[in-house]
Amino acid sequence: MSKPSTSVPAGAPYKASKLHNTWVYMKHHWQLYLLFIMPAFLLTVIFRYIPMGGVAIGFMEYNPIRGILGSEWVGLAHFKRFLSSPDFLSYLMNTLKLSVFGLLWGFPIPILLAFLLNRIMSKKIKQKVQLVLYMPNFISVIVLCGIVRILLSPTGMVNMLLGTNYNFMTMPQAFRTIYIASGIWQGAGWSSIIYTAALSNASKDLKEAAIIDGANLLQQIKTVEWPAIKDTVLIQFIMSVGNIMSIGFEKAYALQTDLNMGASEIISTYVYKRGLIDGNYGFSTAVGLFNTVINVILLISMNAIVKKMNEGKGI
Amino acid sequence: MQVQKKKKSQFARQGTQDKIILITGYVLLGLFLVAIIVPVIYIILASFIDPITLQNKGLTFDFSKWTLTAYQRVLSNGQIWVGFRNALIYSIAFTALSVIVTLLAAYPMSRSDFKGRGFFNVIFVITMFFGGGLIPTYLLISNIGWLDNPLAILVPGAFSVWNMIIARTYYQGVPRDLHEAADIDGASEMEYFFQILLPVCTPIIATIAMWQFVGMWNSYFDAMIYLNSASKQPLQLVLRAILIQSQPEPGMVSDMQSTAERAQLAELLKYATIIISSLPLMIMYPFFQKYFDNGIMAGAVKG
Repeated sequence: MSKPSTSVPAGAPYKASKLHNTWVYMKHHWQLYLLFIMPAFLLTVIFRYIPMGGVAIGFMEYNPIRGILGSEWVGLAHFKRFLSSPDFLSYLMNTLKLSVFGLLWGFPIPILLAFLLNRIMSKKIKQKVQLVLYMPNFISVIVLCGIVRILLSPTGMVNMLLGTNYNFMTMPQAFRTIYIASGIWQGAGWSSIIYTAALSNASKDLKEAAIIDGANLLQQIKTVEWPAIKDTVLIQFIMSVGNIMSIGFEKAYALQTDLNMGASEIISTYVYKRGLIDGNYGFSTAVGLFNTVINVILLISMNAIVKKMNEGKGI
Repeated sequence: MQVQKKKKSQFARQGTQDKIILITGYVLLGLFLVAIIVPVIYIILASFIDPITLQNKGLTFDFSKWTLTAYQRVLSNGQIWVGFRNALIYSIAFTALSVIVTLLAAYPMSRSDFKGRGFFNVIFVITMFFGGGLIPTYLLISNIGWLDNPLAILVPGAFSVWNMIIARTYYQGVPRDLHEAADIDGASEMEYFFQILLPVCTPIIATIAMWQFVGMWNSYFDAMIYLNSASKQPLQLVLRAILIQSQPEPGMVSDMQSTAERAQLAELLKYATIIISSLPLMIMYPFFQKYFDNGIMAGAVKG
């Protein structure tokens, strides 16, 4: 009986003094709150959290004139309409295929590039190779897609080399290859930087010891270089999986033509067209929200799987 | 000379299997480099060739068929200069705003004694994975009254959580002694931050600034949905009309008699447009190369 009666009065002042301490700290360090963190905090609340509240529109027949408060609630009607529409599966599969195949092809190449760069002994040559590898990253999406369209046009370079005159941009079956290959062309070099950086941390002594022990190339990679980049690879992989559904709008939209829509219409381009072009705000928000939810589920489950495989280490 | 000798002998010492793997690897790397360079050279050459010749024969080194028409037409068009000017203004403004907000926020977040650090961290990190999406954001901007106002593309994305994490990690690598010394001298947080911390963080500041500048310069989506007036459009939207929609500014092709000629010219203009618009970044980025690894390393330490 006596225990709780003593712990309550003892707990309260402690809590109060902790609050008091925080208050004293904040008063003493007011600059940290008002000058340093406030701008970022306000931007985050206004431009990130208020729109999060705005997903309520996905459950409404939103009327721009009446606003959120005056519009009619329709519950899950938009979701039902989207999920039961014949196009739903097609857009979902287009999105998934584009990003999953993009990940399967695109993920290992930067790692391979980093291994190869790491084995170029001459610093000068390495730097020149890197300069070329990084260059496409500085080309804009629009220019990249412009180049792709030029090279693949019926009279373009690719058809000239093949001696054919296909119009690749109008072929749905060619879209994914175009999208993924041009993505690798543009991004693989740049993405390799993070692995190159991690590899430069690999102990040189360890590598020399391995060479003296007579380890061959594959053994060296397995015992010295792979351990140095393993964590980076894992984090990058989890992040990429977490972004599977947020595959970029900009490039898909710039590579779309009326005729390749069967493969190129993905959820983000669909959201844009239904929402901003057709003015179907409620429906478009619902589709976007559906997309985000799948994305979060993927991220969380991927993190859990990696944690299990990697002895409790995730992000 | 000696270094080269050592290299050769190292290669000679390796087993046959290793040699095969390495040579295969370098051949693949070489092919990748060729695949990057060839299209670029093709576009450069094609931009100088007369459109009819290009369409019928492809590249030619018969210099009588070479012409600067495309460059003249693109450069004498007003809209592309408007695009350049706007892109430059937006990119500089966005970079300045973003770097300031992000570097400021990263400072308290880098201090272990900062009360509320966990709270802010959660608030910020959630936004990396969850957001309201296109329509709610668009409606917010429209309610603020920023439609067709450049602020709509500059302000909402100014704070980057990812860059904040990278800057925070970099600050944490700065020796604590510096801060203690400043404390003893009675410097305020602001004084310490601007006079002592930032000067030793220039590599990471340059890196973040470069990322933000390039990101703004190359993006088009926000400008496409928020900015309608031609006079406010950044370069990428002007490019989009020429390269993707094949609708160059009327002034660029209007003097041509037939539709076919206009279409041909519109094609040729694409090559020159690509070269002209990509040139500034292509010239600039080698100067930043030394910062690439730094920045990524700093961010990679803690993910």
